[in-house]
Amino acid sequence: MVAHEGLWRRDGRGLRPARRGALLGGLSLFGGLCLCCLPTLGRSAEGFAMDEVGPGIFIRRGPDAEATPENNDAIANIGFVVGERSVLVTESGGSLADGQWLRGQIKQRTDKPISHVVLTHVHPDHCFGAEAFEADKPVFVGHHALRSALDARGEYYRTRLVEILGAEKAGRVVYPTLEVADGAEVDLGGRRLTFHAHGTAHTNCDLSMRDSASGILFPADLLFVTRIPSLDGSLVGWLKEAEVLKAMGAAKAVPGHGPTLVAFAPALADLTRYLGTLRDETRKALASDMPIEKAVASIGRSEAGKWALFDLYNGRNVTQAFKELEWE
Amino acid sequence: MKPFTAALALSLAAALPAAALFAGPVLAAGASDTDAERLARWNEIRTSIFGDTTVTPTDTLIQVDAPARALDAALVPITLTMPEKDRIAGVSLVIDDNPSPYAANITFGPAADPGEIKLRVRVNNYTNVHAVVRTKDGALFETAKFVKASGGCSAPMGMSDEEAMKGMGDMRMKFSEGAPGSKSTEATLMIRHPNFSGMQMNQVTRDYTPARYIQKVVVSQGARNILTLDGDISIASNPVINFAFLPEGKAPVTVVASDNQNGRWEHSFPVPSPSN
Repeated sequence: MVAHEGLWRRDGRGLRPARRGALLGGLSLFGGLCLCCLPTLGRSAEGFAMDEVGPGIFIRRGPDAEATPENNDAIANIGFVVGERSVLVTESGGSLADGQWLRGQIKQRTDKPISHVVLTHVHPDHCFGAEAFEADKPVFVGHHALRSALDARGEYYRTRLVEILGAEKAGRVVYPTLEVADGAEVDLGGRRLTFHAHGTAHTNCDLSMRDSASGILFPADLLFVTRIPSLDGSLVGWLKEAEVLKAMGAAKAVPGHGPTLVAFAPALADLTRYLGTLRDETRKALASDMPIEKAVASIGRSEAGKWALFDLYNGRNVTQAFKELEWE
Repeated sequence: MKPFTAALALSLAAALPAAALFAGPVLAAGASDTDAERLARWNEIRTSIFGDTTVTPTDTLIQVDAPARALDAALVPITLTMPEKDRIAGVSLVIDDNPSPYAANITFGPAADPGEIKLRVRVNNYTNVHAVVRTKDGALFETAKFVKASGGCSAPMGMSDEEAMKGMGDMRMKFSEGAPGSKSTEATLMIRHPNFSGMQMNQVTRDYTPARYIQKVVVSQGARNILTLDGDISIASNPVINFAFLPEGKAPVTVVASDNQNGRWEHSFPVPSPSN
């Protein structure tokens, strides 16, 4: 078996880590229930306009789509925060092309330098726009586990993006230069942004941010609104981190997907209702010896009408929940 | 049939240098392969595992159930159904386009009720999943199901290697009554083991974690063997196997599992008394 392993290693060099439907991890949708954003919903998706959700905070709502050659994987809520001295990019975008578009939007609105780019987690719709900002020499802010997560999956994501968008538009892996171990703070002049590195939840490298000037919370993909959450970390962990977010006491939040600004408590309650249902029904299925292929088809059905893309993602979430909880 | 590991090694030795030198069409597995390319690959794998023995296609002796598109490529549930179970001596599972195609071989013992087996595998590509049954008279029959998945063998575990190895060798077994009227008991065996494929990157050292996988599982009740499973890197982490057996007396079910790095674990599980 020694020769066998040697061959695997060599073979493995050419293959890249994959992750279930990772490129699908950033779909979002219209029809958010958030009243504050209703006037802008009509133009925000395909038109790529930016909503000013707070003073000096501009967010683009990602459209309801998978990554396609037409949309440049521009499917997450991305944007920027302007301080007295400089600008922070809240999410880099889903591709080099998406990042370049965002950089153009920033340059149209301010001459202030781009000092920080936040890489909220490893998923490609959030971090493949980073290359567009390298010329600005910003601090790239990320969770302490982001670097290793990018090592494990970054090249695979890039390969998939190149397949869809072509090499010129895909973008490449950019590593964080400020690796947040627990918390960190950035001062843009007149406003401070406070970061929190979360335990394994949506992924193993989720970073949230809070703006001191507006009080708005940026939970990134720890908060999905109207679109079904995708579980790629830990179900129990996500429910725990939801409590951590809740305790921050924010009134408004910019979710990773969904409307550009939502009332935080009810949006979080919807998320935890889904995750709690997933947890409770999976535990029940395990207690009754239900096999995984049946569990995938039966768990979480009460949530079916409440989330878009339910059929595409719920079964995968159940699989994740099942393998996490079966050894409890 | 050739011994499991010998056949596997042979298959690799034959396959990889050719792939490296020529990137030959037979071995360059991909989502866009033609049926002819898939058939050529299967013929090569089949010969390396079963030699010159004829393998006859069947619609009745074995069925493979698997999702047409895997929800999670690192955990694809597979159900093997063998309706004429009294004729069955063993079954092999081959995932043609996985780096190590020969995923599992199960040999049934006298205490087995070999009507159905469930297990979970990794699928690395769009691939045919072949099941080959061996009847008691030594004949081989095959069927296949096409599964769309990608990256199951190299998918990171989502945790550190140390964490993935926590509790390695722990086992659980759940029992439930078999079909009404049958004398069989259904069992679910869970084994805690990362089953490292050798293609997963260690997130700390940034090198590939060496393959460490369950090679053999022997399940018996008392002196009567239920089944012996030879496994490989295509078996998903924390292996789970569902099977049925014909309990006799009160002897516990024992499981002996061993991996390719000399890990060996043995556990016994008391068999519940029939409730009817």
